[in-house]
Amino acid sequence: MSNTEWPLWEVFIRSKQGLNHKHVGSLRAPDATLALENARDVYTRRSEGISIWVVESSNIHATDIDEVAEFFEPSDTKIYRHPTFYEVPEGVKHM
Amino acid sequence: MTLAEQEKRFQEKIDNEIKIEPNDWMPDAYRQTLIRQISQHAHSEVVGMLPEGNWITRAPNLRRKAVLLAKVQDEAGHGLYLYSATETLGADREQTIDDLHSGKAKYSSIFNYPALTWADIGAIGWLVDGAAIMNQVALCRTSYGPYARAMVKICKEESFHQRQGYESLMVLCNGTPQQKAMAQDALNRFWWPALMMFGPNDAESTHSEQSINWKIKRFTNDELRQSFVDATVPQAEILGLTIPDPNLKWNEERGHYDFSEINWDEFWQVVKGNGPCNKERIEARVKAKQNGLWVREAANAYAKKRAMKKSA
Ligand SMILES: [Fe+2]
Ligand SMILES: [Fe+2]
Repeated sequence: MSNTEWPLWEVFIRSKQGLNHKHVGSLRAPDATLALENARDVYTRRSEGISIWVVESSNIHATDIDEVAEFFEPSDTKIYRHPTFYEVPEGVKHM
Repeated sequence: MTLAEQEKRFQEKIDNEIKIEPNDWMPDAYRQTLIRQISQHAHSEVVGMLPEGNWITRAPNLRRKAVLLAKVQDEAGHGLYLYSATETLGADREQTIDDLHSGKAKYSSIFNYPALTWADIGAIGWLVDGAAIMNQVALCRTSYGPYARAMVKICKEESFHQRQGYESLMVLCNGTPQQKAMAQDALNRFWWPALMMFGPNDAESTHSEQSINWKIKRFTNDELRQSFVDATVPQAEILGLTIPDPNLKWNEERGHYDFSEINWDEFWQVVKGNGPCNKERIEARVKAKQNGLWVREAANAYAKKRAMKKSA
């Protein structure tokens, strides 16, 4: 039995109240408890966090890199979703 | 898409400063170059703990001891970020570590020199971490995303490494004549190996050109070495120490310091495994892995037991 059997975990850290957890990297650990402790030692040695999430990498589902263009196409074509699409006369304020 | 088209697209991304991320298409040689470079870098962080770790119990006071301990712990962290980065490229972490242990993979040759006196610990922080920072700052803009991000984090942590070393040498230089002589002796022994850390001259460097095209590297070995010399010489003057190079001289025209040719025979000897501590370093790493086996097994057994309890 070797370290290879330790699963890979993705580490997310909230750096302070009011901010999202942000992905910071990954590590290997036998279980969630040790993954959290390792994450603390590896990624927060200088008060970089007040909360840590660890997620087994195998539980992460991601968009398919080969279908990125099709997948995001609906959002790229709808420019009227942006405020700059609309014309507003010169004198109008607070808009 | 044909291979040629994919390669063209890839190079366009690089040219436009678009970072490459783990699942993106990349040429096999780019992947292999990165795996080699990042794992070498990871090994250097880990092996680099050995000469300093050796002095933790002998630090002259509690402050220096706490500082050294924190620095060595950082280096372990650096090794981990970098092994993680190699894993995003599909490398097997255990395999990369086994390659270090078998001698197949290299690490920075500087760590094959012994830390003989307490002043060496100061010199390592000042010169070895200083040279590493010069390299790593340049790598913060490397084209592979996970490597660049690891470098940003590492650079933030490194700056105290260099400062604590310099401060500790400062104390020795302001101390007794014996203490100052000890600092000078450390500089004498570490100066040239520190310059060797930047690798062979550009003309001799096999991987350099392609790495620059792929923006894995932003500066050549010689450019980085020159920046290091230019930054470090004035620091030595402030310490009142003499750089062990009779040809070291400010060149007004170039706007840089001139310095002697490196002893490349020594460099290649150490790279090939014949440095003063190569054998000892690898033995220490192999032993650490063997001695840690029961801990890894116990952690696995414990995790399994808890998972069973949970599902029961
Ligand atoms: Fe480091
Ligand atoms: Fe360091």
